[in-house]
Amino acid sequence: MIEIKDVHKNFGENQVLRGVDLTIQKGETMVIIGRSGCGKSVLLKHIIGLLKPDKGKILVDGEDITSSNEGQLNKLRQKFGMLFQASALFDSMTVDENVGLGLREHTKMPEAEIQEKVRETLKLVGLSGIEEKKPAELSGGMKKRVGLARAIAMDPEYVLYDEPTTGIDPIMADVINELIINLRNTLSITSIAVTHDIVSAYKIADRIAMLYEGKIIFIGTPEETKNTDHPVVRQFIEGSAQGPIPAL
Amino acid sequence: MIKRVFLGLPFVFRRFRLTSEQMLLMGVNSLPLVALVSVFTGGVAAVQAVYQISDYVPMRYLGTAVGKAVMIELAPVLTALVVAGRVGAAIAAELGTMKVTEQIDALETLALDPVKYLVIPRFIAGLLMLPVLTIFADTIAILGGLGVSAVSLHVSPHIFLNGLKDFFKMMDLTSGLLKAFVFGSIISIIGCYQGFKTTGGAEGVGRSATRAVVISSGLILISDYVVASILFG
Repeated sequence: MIEIKDVHKNFGENQVLRGVDLTIQKGETMVIIGRSGCGKSVLLKHIIGLLKPDKGKILVDGEDITSSNEGQLNKLRQKFGMLFQASALFDSMTVDENVGLGLREHTKMPEAEIQEKVRETLKLVGLSGIEEKKPAELSGGMKKRVGLARAIAMDPEYVLYDEPTTGIDPIMADVINELIINLRNTLSITSIAVTHDIVSAYKIADRIAMLYEGKIIFIGTPEETKNTDHPVVRQFIEGSAQGPIPAL
Repeated sequence: MIKRVFLGLPFVFRRFRLTSEQMLLMGVNSLPLVALVSVFTGGVAAVQAVYQISDYVPMRYLGTAVGKAVMIELAPVLTALVVAGRVGAAIAAELGTMKVTEQIDALETLALDPVKYLVIPRFIAGLLMLPVLTIFADTIAILGGLGVSAVSLHVSPHIFLNGLKDFFKMMDLTSGLLKAFVFGSIISIIGCYQGFKTTGGAEGVGRSATRAVVISSGLILISDYVVASILFG
């Protein structure tokens, strides 16, 4: 379980998070929606310890990630996998080296087993025969899937998705959505996704939370989200320029 | 960053491949450029020495003048400035691109320390390859001086080499190599630091590469004066 308690974060004068409270239960897929630049990715980076909050706590299975030292943090991070918005594959490495990096660095698995595990993981995301390719040779959708393979190669308990369907065509976006659902069903992974793609949110989420003006203003199932009367959430899911959210 | 680099040094032995790749990029791939700069540096040193000393110093000391100027000052400093332009900028641009494309964040999410993975191999490569390049530059520059002396200045190679040998002190060579160690550390650390603090996309990457070259070049010249003052002052 991940508990986010009263998290605040400022970048200079810009107050990005102003007291975020959110609990993610084991095994669920929580989707955090909100406008571009509202702090969704910042929140995700706090959960995996890439950023430290100015105030507040984030507990991962009861352990506070915000006050952990480097060693504790690295131990906690081994419970996580993360898919980045632009995939963040290492340019200088092949697909095999990207996906197997965590296994090669953190386990004593023999090389043959690592290569087998890499092949299996790539198969799980619908890819095969690209182990020796470099990221520059892959399409956007393939990069996302290799990024996903890298995120799940170490069998994490939690996977964080930063805009998993941004920058790819709608068909490939649906492939990614199906993969996320499949991973939850087959590997019982707890997932947190941030997105402004409302179609994707409805499809993959067990619960949807909306981040607005630095706070979580709404939490509900996809059905509850569709039917909510909350004016901010309604404006966002309808994609309307008219309403309480200024269209700046 | 410097403290983390020293604490992570044992990592070099566990992952020597990362360091050897950087040594290849920084050292071997810089050889043609360093050779080009060195051969003309040696030639110019010989021509200038003849212009300055020919009225009151016998030509048998030409090899001495060129050798000392090359080993103590010209080869280490010019090699370092060339490598700062070629490699320092490349380090800052590569790590800067990794920073803005979240590859450094991705390393951290895999519970891997970016300093160990990215900075230490480059630091060690800089530390080791600059002295190697400097020895190479010493040799090429002296050969350049010798060639120009023989062809244009009518000083035979025998006389030139005798002058070089007779007044050679080990300190001439070691002081240049000590400078090269310092310059190598400066180039790699400044390149990595500028890369790690890159923000703002492609424009930011360009800015970091420029800063890495400018700051490294400035620090190379300042530290050259400091080391020279300590050794010869």
